[in-house]
Amino acid sequence: MKKFMFINRKAPYGTIYALESLEVVLITATFDQDVSLVFMDDGVYELAKGQQTKDIGIKNFSPSYRALEGYDVEKLYVDADSLKARGLSEKDLLVPVEVLETAQMAELMAQQDVVLSF
Amino acid sequence: MLHIVNKSPTAARSLESCLRMALPGHAVLLIEDGVYAATAGNSSEAQVRAAAGKVKFFALKPDLEARGMTTRALDNVTLVDYGGFVDLVAEHGTSNSWL
Repeated sequence: MKKFMFINRKAPYGTIYALESLEVVLITATFDQDVSLVFMDDGVYELAKGQQTKDIGIKNFSPSYRALEGYDVEKLYVDADSLKARGLSEKDLLVPVEVLETAQMAELMAQQDVVLSF
Repeated sequence: MLHIVNKSPTAARSLESCLRMALPGHAVLLIEDGVYAATAGNSSEAQVRAAAGKVKFFALKPDLEARGMTTRALDNVTLVDYGGFVDLVAEHGTSNSWL
């Protein structure tokens, strides 16, 4: 088993990266690997509660983050500094996550076998 | 002139360049990922508040809603729908998209 990390750094809907990353995560999970998800920079916006996309005519994919647990993807990490710079806190997020300080996050990244960045 | 910004202020420098070039009386419309600049607590908030005396800020409400940010909208930003977007373009002589 290899340690796979997905680093999400972009806001949802403005580009397709957030949705496509989620698709790849779900596929990787079915191969029974050790999967971690990191949300940093604008990537933290992917997890914002209360997304309502009806009026932009795009499917709201944010509920899928809640389904990750069902795929045994339970390692979700959020960068503390990125939350702070956007006026957000853990309670603004739609799934349980572990908020990490810079040093902890850097250490976690360095331990991975495969890193995929979106 | 109507300035349109569609990039997040924490991911690109578009808003900064736009505000550097916008003249008093101009309008700035935040759309797509640009709407994060219209949210309280964002690191760009001071910049937007400072410019609000010079330019008039608008943000596309459907894009704020899609991102779960409607309740965080700054009080000095006027929210518009797509019809309002069309009106702004029609009202201002020239539109400039800061892509």
